[in-house]
Amino acid sequence: MKLKELESCLQQVDTFEEPKILLEQYPTSPHIAACMLYTIDNTFDDIEGKLVADLGCGCGVLSIGAAVLDAGLCIGFDIDDDALDIFKRNAEEFEISNLDLIQCDLCSLEAEAYAKKFDTVIMNPPFGTKHNQGMDMKFLKAALTMAKTAVYSLHKTSTREHIQKKANDWGVKMEVVAELRYDLPASYKFHKKKSVDIQVDFLRFSTT
Amino acid sequence: MKLLTHNMLTSHVKGVTKGYPLLIKATEVKVNEVDFNPQFVSRMIPKLEWSALVQAADELGQRQDLPGELVPEYENNEEFLKKVHRVLLEVEVIEGCLRCPESGREFPISRGIPNMLLNEDEV
Repeated sequence: MKLKELESCLQQVDTFEEPKILLEQYPTSPHIAACMLYTIDNTFDDIEGKLVADLGCGCGVLSIGAAVLDAGLCIGFDIDDDALDIFKRNAEEFEISNLDLIQCDLCSLEAEAYAKKFDTVIMNPPFGTKHNQGMDMKFLKAALTMAKTAVYSLHKTSTREHIQKKANDWGVKMEVVAELRYDLPASYKFHKKKSVDIQVDFLRFSTT
Repeated sequence: MKLLTHNMLTSHVKGVTKGYPLLIKATEVKVNEVDFNPQFVSRMIPKLEWSALVQAADELGQRQDLPGELVPEYENNEEFLKKVHRVLLEVEVIEGCLRCPESGREFPISRGIPNMLLNEDEV
């Protein structure tokens, strides 16, 4: 499948109807999702025929993309009932059968239970507002426990150094696959501008 | 919830030491067609707790002739891999619950999604 086709396909994915600010719910744009997945598949061969986990899957745009790219199975993890409902609806509409879902809290997830079970973990985690107690780092730690081969994740470029340091502490290799500009349209009442561009790193973590 | 997913789920309620495998009580089960990828199935087998898979399939009345123990050299045994594929990926629990074998705590499954969220006092 070509990148443009994948992006077109992902434009059909329904997103949050009433995003919850406390969970930092923002949809991953079809463009960014398609670029990420296309690279993970084509450059690294980490999707086709693999067991994939999508942490903080929300409405499922990354999972659906992975499924469409022939992941053996993609399992989405999220805490929110409403997001999972929409994900389910999306999966049914796309008639995708290589998807599954688990409702859980990734902050209190005993990731050890899933240690190295997944070939690949993909995610667009909540960015969190503080560097050291960030939600993004909790997600990353869980992901690194769960993945056998690689973790692909989006993080604010401004946190790159901090994450690199953590990666070194944890003994994992980090590579910046791409720098993206994440165009976030106003979705909450307090958003004054129509949209903002956030500099985001598309990162790959591996244990080798 | 597919049985490949179920095979990984554990109860992490505070104080529980053996929250695995979760017993399945299903009120609605579906069997869907999923594309067969023999290499994928073959690679998943070493990650599984085989006896838990067989037990789960049994609980759902979907075991058919899945053996109680892994057959040797299953990597090239397409017939065997097809049986495993069916049980791992095609059988789905839509409604029901998962029961912790130690505490009896039930985790509901609705619309195919197991809810593993713990209450404050269980964390």
